Amino acid sequence: MKRTIGLVALSVAAAVALAGCAGGGGSSATGDDATITVGSLYEPQNLSNTGGGGQGVTEAFTGNVYEGLYRLTDDGEVEPVLAADSTVSDDGLTYTFTLKDGVTFHSGDPLTSADVKSSIEAVTAEDSQSARKSSFAVISDIATPDDKTVVITLSERSISFIYNLSYVWIVNDAAKDLKTTEDGTGPYTLGDWKRGSTLSLERWDDYWGEPAKNAEVVFTYFTDATALSNALVTKQIDIITSVQSPDQLSQFTDNADYVVSDGDSTTKELLAFNDRVAPFDQALVRKAVYSAIDTKKLLSSIWGDYGTLIGSMVPPTDPWYEDLTQVNPYDPELAKQQLAEAGFADGFTFTLDTPSYDPHPAVAEFLQSELAKVGITVEINTISADEWYSKVFKERDFQATLQEHVNDRDVVWYGNPDFYWGYDNPEVTQWVSEAEQATTTEEQTAKLKLVNEQIAEDAASVWLYLYPQIVVAASDVSGYGVNGLNSQFFVADIVRK
Amino acid sequence: MLAYLLRRSAFLVVSFLVAMTVLFVLLRLLPGDPSNALLSVNATQEQIDAAREQVGADRPLGEQFAAWFGGVLTLDLGSSFVSSLPVGPEIALRLQVTVPLTLLAFLLAVVLALVAGVVSALRADRWYGIALSGLSQLGIAVPVFWVGILLVSVFAVTLRLFPSGGFPRDDWADPAAALTSLALPVITIAIVMSASITRYVRSATLDVVGSDYLRSSRAQGAGFGEALLRHGARNAAVPVVAILGIELATTFLGAVVVESVFSLPGLGSMLLTAIQQHDYPNIQGILLVSTLVVLLTGFVADIAQRLIDPRLRTSISGNGLR
Repeated sequence: MKRTIGLVALSVAAAVALAGCAGGGGSSATGDDATITVGSLYEPQNLSNTGGGGQGVTEAFTGNVYEGLYRLTDDGEVEPVLAADSTVSDDGLTYTFTLKDGVTFHSGDPLTSADVKSSIEAVTAEDSQSARKSSFAVISDIATPDDKTVVITLSERSISFIYNLSYVWIVNDAAKDLKTTEDGTGPYTLGDWKRGSTLSLERWDDYWGEPAKNAEVVFTYFTDATALSNALVTKQIDIITSVQSPDQLSQFTDNADYVVSDGDSTTKELLAFNDRVAPFDQALVRKAVYSAIDTKKLLSSIWGDYGTLIGSMVPPTDPWYEDLTQVNPYDPELAKQQLAEAGFADGFTFTLDTPSYDPHPAVAEFLQSELAKVGITVEINTISADEWYSKVFKERDFQATLQEHVNDRDVVWYGNPDFYWGYDNPEVTQWVSEAEQATTTEEQTAKLKLVNEQIAEDAASVWLYLYPQIVVAASDVSGYGVNGLNSQFFVADIVRK
Repeated sequence: MLAYLLRRSAFLVVSFLVAMTVLFVLLRLLPGDPSNALLSVNATQEQIDAAREQVGADRPLGEQFAAWFGGVLTLDLGSSFVSSLPVGPEIALRLQVTVPLTLLAFLLAVVLALVAGVVSALRADRWYGIALSGLSQLGIAVPVFWVGILLVSVFAVTLRLFPSGGFPRDDWADPAAALTSLALPVITIAIVMSASITRYVRSATLDVVGSDYLRSSRAQGAGFGEALLRHGARNAAVPVVAILGIELATTFLGAVVVESVFSLPGLGSMLLTAIQQHDYPNIQGILLVSTLVVLLTGFVADIAQRLIDPRLRTSISGNGLR
């Protein structure tokens, strides 16, 4: 027995010694030679943003591996990248772009107008899964009079056209297998992608612009928020692109080894009704539900001191934002009155299709207890993301659901009566269309403010809260964006002291 | 023995084919759709149709099965619906994590269980014998992910002795680094697994200790230890080997939980992602490999039992195929 105890002690000692010789995950090189390790919960599904790559590939590749004619900066401004110059005809229908000189793809091919044409066509193609596909339905023709010039003709004015172009990756038209390889013009090339684990980007020495300030960036993927935080604590990663639970934050705040940045986000948590079906086809019932929910209490229970209340689909970073939180104030008495007026004095029961991942289950339970106070019974039906697409999104077989919407400037979906939530107000549809055809941004903003006010007035959905955008990083790295608008994460300026 | 081997092999092949067919059909009965993973929250009907066509979900079931099974025969498991990466090479990559994880955990668990089981059986009246029995009962009750989280918070986050998760980017290029990443997950599985094996070892040992042949052997002048090793160990091994086979297969399949706690890029985490995304080619490839592993483990355990115990070799007909 003594010998057994001795053996056990010896093996423990050996294991500890072995652990002692293992360093952390990240290299400790600094300056130009540094490897920066970025931790994220969003692994690309594949490497194509027109082939269903999802949020993950946008985060890792936009601006890093692929560039557009324009880009959206971390402050939400649109600035030219591969477009040296552009002109618009007086009727707003013809855009002429001149391409930057001296730009080559990672494969060595020079950038030409044909690449731009094929990249835009990939977005509008029949099998494209690009989220911007419908925005480009206005394009009637793309001409390439010479290698450096692209002329795009629209069927009607589209004031967001340049902004929408910032989502289009310019890809070499000769490239194949874009779901598993890349051929872009950005400051990094793809190193290797190990599914379920890491994706590495290597600095490209032939980049046309200012070279990246680090040698390599490794995106490390996690499926679990706790594991992600632990990796930062144990120095296996340098940065977390977006913290999804405040429980993890306490160990980083007030700690000199870390910097916590609270930036602007465009992700909204929605209680989306099916506005086509009773009782939610009545605006009064929707408003009653809205007023029965203490969103302030909800936000603080989910996010503590972080996050923002919005009162509509529009986040403060969109140009047509206004504070509409008082249109449907928290007021259970008012809610009861509205229910009685709508013919539901005794309340009613509805099923809430709840995605099984955070924060939705916790939100659903909160709503259940809040709505019970005004006589509404909520039956929570937990579904996977996959089922959500089949049941809610495709078949519209639901009464109400919870979902997060991450894009900026997406209030325009309330102008589409075919959208999954089925909000159909001809006036709003008209305003959205007029806003897109506006000749000035002022006019566009004015129209979209009308939309904004109307959907709040109709309680088209309940906009529960705006997520915070929290980046946590080791204090020896700097140069990362803190706003992460539209899920992009530029890495070229990140340096380690 | 040869006839038995042939029959047992035929049974293996038939079970495999039946399992694969059943899995193929069951997968397609799951709610949801493989094209969903490719969609975004503002996809149009046209995009939905394109995605369905792309993953071949609109083709008849028989045709899908024939295409997949034909591929299996030529060792081509197809490509993922979602990532477009070939399935076979990716499974091979993931096995580099899952196989060492399972085997190391299994070995460690067996060593721990043998020591703990024998000691708690022979020293049932001493404090440490009682403690070991108690611990093994406790070990059966705790969930594996809880043990994992506990080990991470103590040994990784607090003491910084081991990484909290992940696997080296260059896999086994630096064996020490790879082993270090596997240390906590291996210990996690071994703790839980050894607890259940310990009970079997303990009861098998108790059976042997109270047996007639051991008493006879002692009467012929052998020491207790000698008698136990010469006669007892072999008798006790028969039921234990059967259990070990089941445990090994269970561990391999149960690695999914531990892999997600420790963010290990193994087969388990690949399966989890594939199921979430309805990625049929990946799910089928993983289940094919897992089914093979489980069936082969059972096969080897059966053969091993017969080699250890001559009585089983002659009485196969009595039991039929077990």
